[in-house]
Amino acid sequence: MVLAIILVLLVIGSVLFHFLSPWYLTPIASNWGFIDDTLTITFIVCGFVFVVINLFLAYCVYRFRYSKDRRAEYEPENKRLEWWLTAFTTVGVVAMLAPGLFVWAKYVDVPEEASLVEAVGKQWSWSYRYPGEDGILGTVDVRHIDAKNPFGMNPDDPNGQDDVLVSGSEFHLPLGDPVKVLLRSKDVLHDFYVPQIRAKMDLVPGMITYFWFTPTLAGTYDVLCAELCGSGHYNMRSRMVLEDEADFRAWLATQPTFADTQTVQVATVSGSPEEQGRQIAESQGCMGCHSIDGSPGVGPTWKELAGRTEELADGSAVIVDDAYLVESIVAPNATIVAGYPPIMPAYQLDDAQLAALIAYLNSL
Amino acid sequence: MAITDVAHDAVDYVRPAEVAEEELYHPKTWLGKYVFSQDAKIIALQYSMTAMAVGLIALVLSVLMRLQLGFPGVFSFITPDAYIQFVTMHGMIMVIYLLTALFLGGFGNYLIPLMVGARDMVFPYVNMISYWIYLFAVILLLASFFVPGGPTGAGWTLYPPQTILPGTPGADWGILLMLVSLAFFVIGFTMGGLNYVVTVLQARTRGMTLMRMPLTVWGIFTATVLALFAFPALFVAAIMMTLDSVIGTSFFMPAIVSMGQTLDYSGGSPVLFQHLFWFFGHPEVYIVALPAFGIISELISVHARKNIFGYRLMVWAIVVIGGLSFIVWAHHMYVSGMNPYFGFFFATTTLIIAVPTAIKVYNWVLTLWRGNIKLTVPMLFAIGFVFTFINGGLTGIFLGNVIVDVPLSDTYFVVAHFHMVMAVSPVLAVFGAVYHWYPKITGRMLHEGMGKFHFWVTFVGLYCIYYPMHYLGIMGVPRRYYANEGSTGLPDWIPESAQVLNAGISIAAIVVASVQLVFLYNLAVSTTRGKRAGDNPWGATTLEWQTSTTPPTHGNFGKELPSVYRWAYDYSVPGAKDDFIPQNVPAGQETGDAR
Amino acid sequence: MNFRDQLSVKPWVAQRGLVPSSRGFSAATPKVTLGVFLCIASVLFGLFIAAYFIRMGYADWQSIPVPALLWLNTVILIASSIALQWASVSARRENPEGVKLGLYVGGGCTLVFFVGQWLAWQQLQELGYFVYSNPSNGFFYMLTTVHALHLFGGLVAWVRATSRVHRSKEIALSRMILELCAIYWHFLLLVWLVLFGLLLAT
Repeated sequence: MVLAIILVLLVIGSVLFHFLSPWYLTPIASNWGFIDDTLTITFIVCGFVFVVINLFLAYCVYRFRYSKDRRAEYEPENKRLEWWLTAFTTVGVVAMLAPGLFVWAKYVDVPEEASLVEAVGKQWSWSYRYPGEDGILGTVDVRHIDAKNPFGMNPDDPNGQDDVLVSGSEFHLPLGDPVKVLLRSKDVLHDFYVPQIRAKMDLVPGMITYFWFTPTLAGTYDVLCAELCGSGHYNMRSRMVLEDEADFRAWLATQPTFADTQTVQVATVSGSPEEQGRQIAESQGCMGCHSIDGSPGVGPTWKELAGRTEELADGSAVIVDDAYLVESIVAPNATIVAGYPPIMPAYQLDDAQLAALIAYLNSL
Repeated sequence: MAITDVAHDAVDYVRPAEVAEEELYHPKTWLGKYVFSQDAKIIALQYSMTAMAVGLIALVLSVLMRLQLGFPGVFSFITPDAYIQFVTMHGMIMVIYLLTALFLGGFGNYLIPLMVGARDMVFPYVNMISYWIYLFAVILLLASFFVPGGPTGAGWTLYPPQTILPGTPGADWGILLMLVSLAFFVIGFTMGGLNYVVTVLQARTRGMTLMRMPLTVWGIFTATVLALFAFPALFVAAIMMTLDSVIGTSFFMPAIVSMGQTLDYSGGSPVLFQHLFWFFGHPEVYIVALPAFGIISELISVHARKNIFGYRLMVWAIVVIGGLSFIVWAHHMYVSGMNPYFGFFFATTTLIIAVPTAIKVYNWVLTLWRGNIKLTVPMLFAIGFVFTFINGGLTGIFLGNVIVDVPLSDTYFVVAHFHMVMAVSPVLAVFGAVYHWYPKITGRMLHEGMGKFHFWVTFVGLYCIYYPMHYLGIMGVPRRYYANEGSTGLPDWIPESAQVLNAGISIAAIVVASVQLVFLYNLAVSTTRGKRAGDNPWGATTLEWQTSTTPPTHGNFGKELPSVYRWAYDYSVPGAKDDFIPQNVPAGQETGDAR
Repeated sequence: MNFRDQLSVKPWVAQRGLVPSSRGFSAATPKVTLGVFLCIASVLFGLFIAAYFIRMGYADWQSIPVPALLWLNTVILIASSIALQWASVSARRENPEGVKLGLYVGGGCTLVFFVGQWLAWQQLQELGYFVYSNPSNGFFYMLTTVHALHLFGGLVAWVRATSRVHRSKEIALSRMILELCAIYWHFLLLVWLVLFGLLLAT
């Protein structure tokens, strides 16, 4: 009796939870409303089955509870009933699968007119590349990657010279046009994930993967990583700005091309030294590991770092001053703070950039 | 390996499983009886206790994870690295070292010889070695907690390249110990698994035809066959990854710039690893599920006093599910970057599996229909299993259908789904099985009050943990996150209320975890203080309840092996005196005193 | 009754109350066990080969030259397989001398095969084909090692067979183990031929 009531309550509770809970799909910002539709179909079919079978289960538990005076029925099988149930299940499965495959066919079929953007992942930050005026992305190779050429652009490829490189913490896309997002990883698996566009795909080192979508809703969206990629996985963030064509063009024009980055040191940063430092830290992906609010991360937090006394892995202690900070940026593995892994890559920044960064660190 | 023991005496070779009682060699020493025992029942207990001990460690790890998720930042000793190490070790231990070992090594060893009417496994010595290799694998695995860098934090899927690169904890020592431990587990399991399969094929007693076998044996047998054919894929992947890590081959490793360093690898394919891993990993799901299916069929039939409905279809469904499980693996890889056209094939095969699985569920419920249901503790757990399995099975349809999987993959929906179907349901089946067979194993009943308390908190608690978790996933919250708050703050689509839900789930998890202590207490205390059970407390038909002594001694059945005259589900047969007829009762004796 | 018929009987009516005669395979248990084990080993090698083919599809694959020595090794392995078959047949014909001859030649050839494989490794390393140089090299060393390990496991059985042949006067007692050894060697020969063919063809 109790069991039957609890089962019924769990069924009712589950259904109510579905309709009343504040947690459901985020507002969609792409053309993939079809995905939401198939999800809804699946919910309807599965929800129906869930309710019916479990209520029937509860009924059986109540109706056929033990009695000394009664015997269970002897019924080894019932072919007709079993055929009906099999057929009924098959119909339900087809009802879910067929629309799903139909939408998947759209998903794998990229429209010819789709524009290109490349998202590049590394532990634990994102950067982006646009094909520039020629509409062709230049070739890349891991061998070309260094501090001066973080995208690994092939310097001899004319198609790459006008590629727009965005190593900042956000990138923009125009509304209304389909875009094919090419995905490339420099180190390990990642996954380009913006819940509001529904689509996602892994970044796999050694190959280029892709997916496509059409932005439909203006706004700023968090980009997350959805494939475990090591210590800083949860913190691998960036932002995607969807805006109208004109704003997008204007923004894109402010970004440097590959040729720019190779010839002159462009002043992409501006403002006070602290502000410049903040921008450098964001563009270099420092925040993937170092928090600025004191929360724990892969590396030590930057909050109130300057002047702090850090205990080192070898047992000694050091007072954090400017010299120590510079050393920690250009030769990070020379001294390791106790409790952290020696995994920070060395950064080659010029003196002005270093000064700005130190100013920023001192301000926290 | 196993070949050495195949080489027994030739012509006059007798199967140890069915020699006459007086020819059995009974060990005389305590060590021979209880430590280096070749008795499948003792080996089963060794397997079970080791699995449960290591499972407790994994349970503690899950509580630590829930502490971090429910109350981020409160427990400063849980660093981002520690968190993903907990995730990894929890997953690997639970799936392989607890559930696989417990269902096959534990229940398989105890139940197969008894249920098919054999004295023992066909190769008792190999069986013993199997356990010791398993124990060695467990020790290797646990040792990784104590090496520099700690255990691997690559996730239980161990995806390269991150698994063996800096940036993932345990990338040098932890992962090696894990891979070597897995390799040993596979070798040990293969020895045990050969035994289970051949015992079922060759050592069934007179009259035990295939279709007279209890569904428990069918479930464990099919799962063992799956495991024997699936584990080699894990073995291959582990060897190749070890070579990539230690020698520097490039099987799975492409050209990489890791932490600013250009590495020597080139050209390898991380996706190849994923194919190998899931060729093992998907059947692994059924390696855990099929024994649970069998056990639940048994419990429902016995305690509803009714034959299992549609026995033949139940057997066929087990076999069909087992077969299909080898051609669905890439549904774990829809967004892995593999050729997207594979999606059509794998979505179709995956959803086809829904049909035989649904049939099993229907038949469990139809067995209850017009039954005479005794709500004993094992039966409570069995019904709890059916309820949670329906839920977990249905969410599987979401994830199997390729396009619906795209937004849900790598979110908490996946976590909630596989816990419901692969953790909650099998664990409820394990508990039901323990309450059911404990009287046979120890001769005493478990305390019923404690059992009911254990059931209610575990069942309702687990459902309350995992059902709401699906909705975090639908909203988009990604899995394997140390914290949702990152360098850009909390994503604006995650409302504050989600953190409240997380805290609630964590509290429920702690409650459920601590109630397991009641279960352990019950297990320990009932060995001496439990009610005496007698040979057949539930009135069951299968052979393990017809032994002349309880617990059964070495050799299982006393002087003579039983002969089998009927199928395993003669409950409430019209005209029979009792509401059950044991399998070893010949025609004409049903109406008289059956035993 | 074949397997399919067995699975389609209705157990609640079929011969109810009786003990049907049929059960198990007619083959002896050790042979069934070896059969199951060979299935598992086939899956293992099959998966290695599948991985080989998939990895081969990537751009950086460069075939490894096949040392001529491998031809000789193949002949030696064939010889060991024939010798063990000879031992098995001799046991059936109750010819102890033939059994011993077959066993010694078979075991000896297997040891020579090990040496031959090792020499082939040396040759390749001298030519600069190291394990890590190219995935094809990695596969070559890995596959030959896994194959050799299986053969080594067979040698353990071979030792038991030899000691049994020496201990017992009744040659018939060793019939089963000799037959199993022969089957196992044929299987590993087959695996080797497949692997060797794979190396030659790609």
